[in-house]
Amino acid sequence: MNLTRRGFMKATGAAFATSMAFQLTQQSPALAVESNSDWKLVNTEEYTNICCYCAGGCGSLLSVRDGELINLEGDPDHPINQGGLCPKGAAMFQLRNIVDPETREVIKNPDRVTKPMVRRPGASEWEDITWEDAVKEIARKVKDTRDATFEETDKNGLTVNRTPAIASLGGSQENSEEEYLILKMMRSLGVIAIDNQARV
Amino acid sequence: MTSHWCDFQNTDVILHCGSNSVENHPVSSLWLGKAHDRGAKWIVVDPRYTRTAEQADIYCPIRSGTDIAFYGGMYHWIIENLIDPNLEKYLATGEMGDYNYEYLLNYTNASYLLDPEFDFDPETGLYSGWDEKTKTYSNHSWHYQTEKEENWDTSASGDYAWVKKDGVPEFTTPTLTLPKRDMTLQDPMCVYQQVKKHYERYTLDAVCDICGMDKETLELVYSTYGSTAKPGRAGMVLYALGQTQHSYGAQNTRAMCVMQLLLGNIGIPGGGVNALRGEPNVQGATDMGMMVNEHPAYLKWANTTDRSSLRKWLESQTYSAGYYTNKPKFIVSSLKEWFGDAATVENDYGYDWWPKVPSEKGDQDYTHISTFELMKQGVIKGYFNWGMNPCHSAPNAGNVRRSMANLDWLVVADQVETESAAFWKAPDMNPAEIQTTVYFLPCALIYEKPGTILNSGRWLQWRYQAVEPWDQAKPDLEMCDLLWTEICRLYKEEGGANPAPILNTKWDYYVNGKIDFRPVSWALNGYRTANSDFKAGKVDLLKGYSELGADGSTSCAMWIYSGFYNNNDAPLDPAQQPIGRRDNNDKSGLGLNSNWAFSWPSNRRILYNRNSCDTKGKPWNPDKKLMEWDGSKWDLVDQGDFVSAKNGQQVPPNNNTFFMLWEQNARLESYGMEDGPMPEHYEPFESPFDNALNGSQNNPMIKFTEYESTAHGGTDEYPIIATTYSVTEHWQTGGQSRSCPALVEAMPSQFCEMSEEFAAEKGIKPGDKVRVWNKRGSVVVDAYVTKRLKPFTIHGKTQHQVGLTHHFGWTHLYGTGDTVNDLTPNVGDPNTMVPEYKAFLVNIEKA
Repeated sequence: MNLTRRGFMKATGAAFATSMAFQLTQQSPALAVESNSDWKLVNTEEYTNICCYCAGGCGSLLSVRDGELINLEGDPDHPINQGGLCPKGAAMFQLRNIVDPETREVIKNPDRVTKPMVRRPGASEWEDITWEDAVKEIARKVKDTRDATFEETDKNGLTVNRTPAIASLGGSQENSEEEYLILKMMRSLGVIAIDNQARV
Repeated sequence: MTSHWCDFQNTDVILHCGSNSVENHPVSSLWLGKAHDRGAKWIVVDPRYTRTAEQADIYCPIRSGTDIAFYGGMYHWIIENLIDPNLEKYLATGEMGDYNYEYLLNYTNASYLLDPEFDFDPETGLYSGWDEKTKTYSNHSWHYQTEKEENWDTSASGDYAWVKKDGVPEFTTPTLTLPKRDMTLQDPMCVYQQVKKHYERYTLDAVCDICGMDKETLELVYSTYGSTAKPGRAGMVLYALGQTQHSYGAQNTRAMCVMQLLLGNIGIPGGGVNALRGEPNVQGATDMGMMVNEHPAYLKWANTTDRSSLRKWLESQTYSAGYYTNKPKFIVSSLKEWFGDAATVENDYGYDWWPKVPSEKGDQDYTHISTFELMKQGVIKGYFNWGMNPCHSAPNAGNVRRSMANLDWLVVADQVETESAAFWKAPDMNPAEIQTTVYFLPCALIYEKPGTILNSGRWLQWRYQAVEPWDQAKPDLEMCDLLWTEICRLYKEEGGANPAPILNTKWDYYVNGKIDFRPVSWALNGYRTANSDFKAGKVDLLKGYSELGADGSTSCAMWIYSGFYNNNDAPLDPAQQPIGRRDNNDKSGLGLNSNWAFSWPSNRRILYNRNSCDTKGKPWNPDKKLMEWDGSKWDLVDQGDFVSAKNGQQVPPNNNTFFMLWEQNARLESYGMEDGPMPEHYEPFESPFDNALNGSQNNPMIKFTEYESTAHGGTDEYPIIATTYSVTEHWQTGGQSRSCPALVEAMPSQFCEMSEEFAAEKGIKPGDKVRVWNKRGSVVVDAYVTKRLKPFTIHGKTQHQVGLTHHFGWTHLYGTGDTVNDLTPNVGDPNTMVPEYKAFLVNIEKA
């Protein structure tokens, strides 16, 4: 089981290789009996990921069918967690989908917000906004705030190119590539008040 | 961590202090259990009998905030019982017995002579160099005496010939001041004698009185952990926020380093100072330097004093010896990646386009806690929250809400409606009065996007995207790109305040016209500038950071990661990069797993690993070999953290075992700390007790007490010590875990844990609602009456301590509750500005 699984895991990841991984799962000799089309993980593609909670770096294995997440479990080949997950890690599936207590159907997690919103000054509720409008409005506010407060030089005449009026907080929940772009955007705007979860 | 998760199995004694890893880092149990099954002893020092304590052999309660007294007492015990009795014999015969003298003498600064002016006065609680006016130290007298000076050889055949290459910015090279040493450790000014003198006050009785410990248990802890001083034995300390979230949290961390150095436990299998980090990629965010004064990869950001120009940066930051002599290569390569073709030697590679942080004494601070004061003052007008929720997680969270109400605009990128996104409709806020425009940008989940994540053991691992984001959610990477593109468009079309830093920023991380994680990985890994053109999809990746230059020929955003993504045959396929490796066949037998993913730096699994061998290059423990000198060459099991070869020749063993420091020896005493060269006990900002060890009640440099919002309550009104902690079913502010019904079902509410004695005194029964309050806030939570907390006896007086979980807030569908961080004080540590969440005062009544 291990060998076969490791063999196909090497192949996953590259987008073009997922179909090969799919074929390998079909040929798994670890299946002692013929697969049954009712089985939960039949005809799924597997992807590896890393847990979003503590910094253990436990591996997870995600099974996807027709573009939808079918199952999430610990990655048995991962040297740190060796297939195990803690209560939070084991419940990561629910970040996206939950079982509707009424209908027993798997539905999108209703606690998650998946569209942009804006709250206007003095308002007591959110309004919907398009991505395009949100981006335009935010960029305008960033520019206006920066332009009004930008310090090219300080009191000693030193070039400082900064704005004290914008702050940025967070980064430890993002992937490293995202951290770099957040940092790069903020610093190039002149932001000095930048911090993340490492500060607490 | 200096070590990594799978290395826990190699230890002989486990010490948990300020961590409850069985509960909060559950995977640690697997590896700690392996050590325990093998016969390792397990010690837990914690205010509460935790789930980790339940697994341990020795549990020693400690009053929150008194860790330095505990560690200081251990140094005193080690010196009195292990070092001093046989020092003369060792010097005469070389016999070590139960103590590793060779490590202490050769790998630490124990023998270095300190400046004759170096001093500490227990009457005042202050070290030499204190300036009462500015409430800061000059560290001049914390330095070493100089034996002789050496200058860099920058001639064509010299070690530093690269300094004279075309394209390398001009700077005056540093002078190495070789310290005076006394290898007999007798000179009264040597670090060892000063450490010995300093901790003479930390007797067993004094420690027990301050920490509320039992003397017999304490001695058992010291002797059990002290047993790891024997060459070949390993002791490992595991800590988390229980150590760092104090107004002397950085000194707590230093204290663990000193303990591990005195015991020879750094750089060996099963050893180390191991921070169990509290966010999935906080290791990455720390590496990235996403903090006011930091720069990616542990360099320092531009400021207005010692880093006010590229030349000044080079002259203040470049070390005179050791690996950090290479810093010019790192900073120039970082600038080249940041500004691309616009960065040239003539314009200092664009250094002045970077914003400079005010850094003169007395200048405004811009870290986390201060930002809320600056919002109140109207200085900070716009705020981005990237997956962070300060209205819940920041100390004195009520103050945070009120401060944020003064913002013009707020942008929150998250997957759920956080307390910060919805601060304007908090139960105690009136939306009609709040003029802030708030944007909520829905983000992709971790398995709805790819990318790099780092665990606590510094492993870089690749996440593969499994499914598309729901609806309109997007990865933060894409959000950044949308915003940046629009901001650039506005500046191009309209001009505005100095557009140069913006318009000269290199931003070309696209594949087929779409923003993509992989070119950003190239930037982090580093590439040869001349052969790379991201716009054309072309990159010449560096093998590793040894290829970096200071002449603009290389670009690299993150020198420590270099090598994690270096396969030029498949630059778009992470599975074929070192980060994508999945070979779990561990040849080391020590769990190094060197062929699984990539560990920074240079795939090194255990930092400072040269210290696992003696001065002749032989492993202290031959059964757990990380490397060995065979007489003519090094046999490296782990990647060596030292100079093992130079110019193609093997370098025989020497004593430069900590080559990330200019001394190349580790510091028992350090001039690098803001608030003192050796850890000294002070009381928390809010404490019912006077400092029994010196004349300064609090850390003399404690931060932010001048802000009125910190609202010290006084011990008469607020006599109960409180701390905060987590449960395994929830995570931090609950943004993710409270959105999962299964987790809310498993742990549906937060609680205040208290001893049976305290509950009886207050007439509180299990399950009652209790009100917990101080001058900063008031919360109502469930009472959880347990045997896990016991009253302490401190200086002869009974003292109660309670603990609160802190995962709930007013938003979310499935689990709501009061915000416990309304109670915690917004004071901080002077080195890190980290808040003091872990020891404060409250009062409690039945609600």
